[in-house]
Amino acid sequence: MTNELPPGLAIQKVDERIMTLNVGPQHPGSGHMRIIVQIDGDYIVACDPDPGYVHRGEEKMAEYRNYITNIPHLERPVIHDSCNILYPYVLGVEELLGIEVPERAKYVRVICAELNRCIYIMYWLAIYGIFLGHSTMFMWPAGDRELLIDLMEKISGARVTHAHFVPGGVRNDLPPNFEEVCLRQINYFEKRIKEYAAVFYDNPILISRTENTGVLSREDAIRLGTTGSVLRASGVDYDLRIKEPYDVYEELDVHSPVMKEGDSYARSKIPWLDMLESCNIIKQALQKMPKSGSVRVKLKPNPKGKGFDSVYKRVESGRGSLGCHIVSDGKVEPYRLKLSVPSFRNLIALPYLLKGEKLGNMPSVYWSLNYWPVEADR
Amino acid sequence: MSVIAPDFKLSGFIKSLITDIVWALLIMSLIGIPAIMMILFFVPMPVIDGELLTPFLAFTYIADPSRTLPLVQAFMETDMFKIMAFPGFGFAALLAAGTIFVERKMLAKLQLRVGPFYCGKFEGILQLMGDGLKLISKEIIIPAKADKPIFWAAPVLFVASAAAFVALIPVAPGWVVADVDMGLLAVFAVIGFFPIVTILSAWSANSKFPFIGGIRALFQMVSFEIPLILSLLGVVMVTGTLNLSEIAASQSSFPWILFLPVGAIVFFITMLAELERIPFDLPEAESEIVAGWLTELSGMMYGLVQLGTYLKLYAFAALFTVLFLGGWNGPMIVPPLPMEIATHGLEMGPITVKIGGLESLFTQLITQEMLNGTLMFVLKTVGVIFFILLPRGVFPRIRVDMLLNLGWHKLIGLAFVNIFIALGLVYAGVLGPGGLQ
Repeated sequence: MTNELPPGLAIQKVDERIMTLNVGPQHPGSGHMRIIVQIDGDYIVACDPDPGYVHRGEEKMAEYRNYITNIPHLERPVIHDSCNILYPYVLGVEELLGIEVPERAKYVRVICAELNRCIYIMYWLAIYGIFLGHSTMFMWPAGDRELLIDLMEKISGARVTHAHFVPGGVRNDLPPNFEEVCLRQINYFEKRIKEYAAVFYDNPILISRTENTGVLSREDAIRLGTTGSVLRASGVDYDLRIKEPYDVYEELDVHSPVMKEGDSYARSKIPWLDMLESCNIIKQALQKMPKSGSVRVKLKPNPKGKGFDSVYKRVESGRGSLGCHIVSDGKVEPYRLKLSVPSFRNLIALPYLLKGEKLGNMPSVYWSLNYWPVEADR
Repeated sequence: MSVIAPDFKLSGFIKSLITDIVWALLIMSLIGIPAIMMILFFVPMPVIDGELLTPFLAFTYIADPSRTLPLVQAFMETDMFKIMAFPGFGFAALLAAGTIFVERKMLAKLQLRVGPFYCGKFEGILQLMGDGLKLISKEIIIPAKADKPIFWAAPVLFVASAAAFVALIPVAPGWVVADVDMGLLAVFAVIGFFPIVTILSAWSANSKFPFIGGIRALFQMVSFEIPLILSLLGVVMVTGTLNLSEIAASQSSFPWILFLPVGAIVFFITMLAELERIPFDLPEAESEIVAGWLTELSGMMYGLVQLGTYLKLYAFAALFTVLFLGGWNGPMIVPPLPMEIATHGLEMGPITVKIGGLESLFTQLITQEMLNGTLMFVLKTVGVIFFILLPRGVFPRIRVDMLLNLGWHKLIGLAFVNIFIALGLVYAGVLGPGGLQ
């Protein structure tokens, strides 16, 4: 019998210089989670993220509902990005059931997904602003987000949780006159977010605060399995819209932004560049979209999978690659549904990035990881 | 309560109005008159027209304007009036309240929103009062392990320090609560109290986030006090006095900011840090340490600290005005007072109404110079306050190491540059004895 205990149970030596701070869950700078931070003076010596406060059992819940009724609750983890979290599920179910989606529906989906990406990033940016003590950067994105929410409301009828994607297309066709309104709103939105650079991204205090903090090297970014904006900020050009194009992304001209620095500043700037790219994609999609046609394939009331089958689909969401693994056993419900979410992958990098940083850098590094606590807990 | 009740009746409305008036009169007579009597008791009673002004005599004076005015004048000449009302606490609190309103509305306009809107019909002008009432009505919760006497005392001490600061500011010629010859040194002494009060409050709360916030506040205030003091030495050199009234009076031709811009800039930046305004709001950094050293304060204790903060804001802005912008000096824009009415009376057709005491009030207390000086002072102070508020909409918060780097490396160097500029001006004979002023 040895005295060695498993790492988690080992008694830690208490150093009197070290103070343990529980940042969260009741903390303005944590979100629905806790970060246990050990600080020596102003320096963080250890950091232990503790998610799981909003676990809702979405995956288990999906096993008791059929393929259509799963839609409204599966989008709950990220209500701001609800089209993108439904996207891999809908693609997977279509493959399971063997449905061919009409061309116009694919374009409508791309437009909705890009609009939702912008809506999510605006919300994320607002919180990034307030985490750095920049209240104007909280109010501006929160206000300008309304433009896109209004567009999504025109499309789907709901402002936040749209439940617009269904297996076989989208729920409804676009409203009349949508193309003009959308183009006008997107042009204004693009002009508006370019103004953010003057007040936020080119702000000397912001640059000096976020540059060279929480640097994630290219090798570490790959090794830790980060995705999306975090990966692209570290110099890895990996975007599923280009690498594994789904729906009509291969017909569109997508340029995913990449930065080499890998610090908080790069990680905060990539989503903003993403929004500009999204505007570009929406404009292209509006141009190339078939002007008329069906947007939905008629399904049987209770679609079933064909025997024992499994499918894994993934899309590029606002935070990174979002995968959905569906296992079917030929019944009306999925046998197993697994969401592989980008938030949880990006959170893994947090302890490595915060170690040795100053306490003042904690919010900027933490939120630059493009992490959404509710999505990570599912 | 709905906006307009469905069963609205005019008779009921009038009835409730009359009830309100009756209640107001009742409360006035029950509380207001004893309050007036108490004030009269505390005022040192002056001798008017050869008779000692007793409270009962003073009460009869209210009926007669020609006898009331000397009473008002006598009251305005007391120290209590100066402390409570005009150059002291009341005036400062009024300006501070205005500051809060302007801050909210201005920040809202900057951020493309409306700001306080509903309370008080016009643009949410009574929002501050509503917030104050809310804070008063909230329960005060004290942490179980707190050092209770010190924890209780800290907010009060904070307001007291801020009020002591306000007392040293000259508003108009002769209108200052405490006209100290070593005025600027007294200001430094009062500023030195704030970190002590802050760390007392933070330490006595016996909680982690207030502790970190308190240590940060201590770092910040102590390291910025040195450039603050050094930046003001230039003004002392060119004026040769520490008395704030004399410093303000010495700028009758031009303000010192024209000659000492470096000192003014250094003082402005250190002022932002001392006031814990964005971008230097590290002690209250929300996303890092909740509310910093204010985390455990609740109810009116928090309200008192906020009051103290805004009094301090006013006092610093006023100090900037006095030292660099010329205080009360400025073009005469107030029209001359109606001395004709005071000396000869007001002709209303056949009768001439002459109010006794108006003449001495106009010549001794409320003179044209005093009104103009106050107006100039308020305009300049409001301008400075505006520039103090503005960074909140533009800058994010900076970090502790950047803050200390700024304080110890850059600002102290600039403050020395300012001192050499002042020395050069004095030795070249531009300023100082034999110079321009």
